[in-house]
Amino acid sequence: MRITLTSVLVDDQDKALRFYTEVLGFVKRTEVPLGEHRWLTVVSPEAPDGVELVLEPDGHPAARPFKEALVADGIPYTSFTVADVHAETARLKALGVRFTQEPLEMGPVITAVFDDTCGNLLQIASAPAA
Amino acid sequence: MGDVFRALADPTRRALLDELQERDGQTLFELCTRLIQRHGVGSSRQAVSQHLEVLEQAGLVRTRREGRYKFHHLDTSPLRAIVERWRLDTEEGPCGSP
Repeated sequence: MRITLTSVLVDDQDKALRFYTEVLGFVKRTEVPLGEHRWLTVVSPEAPDGVELVLEPDGHPAARPFKEALVADGIPYTSFTVADVHAETARLKALGVRFTQEPLEMGPVITAVFDDTCGNLLQIASAPAA
Repeated sequence: MGDVFRALADPTRRALLDELQERDGQTLFELCTRLIQRHGVGSSRQAVSQHLEVLEQAGLVRTRREGRYKFHHLDTSPLRAIVERWRLDTEEGPCGSP
């Protein structure tokens, strides 16, 4: 058994695809029409055969209250790894991304939290030195 | 307004004020992270939320809603009542000043 997918619940797949590719820098991996929505995944260009992130519609009635409660408390839905949190934060801010937590040094790890514009907060974290 | 003295009597609540002094305007998530990492306080999110409520009732923390986000801010003004009630010694000491 292997983990090859993870997902994030988005309010609009087109908007999400734009944000996750044009702003975050991921690339589209799969797009398959599936009824009213699509099976839509992106991957990191640094790991094109790595874990796919499914941009999954949040249409279930329980999804939005859940997402809103997380956002109100500042809790990120998931976390991505970057080489330099400060540099990535500056890059994303220049693109107009809204941060709810500025870079925070916690021992060997630095984290920051921002809004994905699709109803979620996301965390970026630096990989601790090996 | 709640009791400032009772609000300050708890070490976790004092730690929350320390962290807000370092960076004002934090989400609950950031405050919980800081408590765990810097103070070894592994309280549940609900417990931290209740501590913040006590601080808010005492006027020491203000919350600000910005769109869907909620940020916590430090307000030290209730502490003034303490030094107004018990004057701080001047540097020269209580009898040294003119």
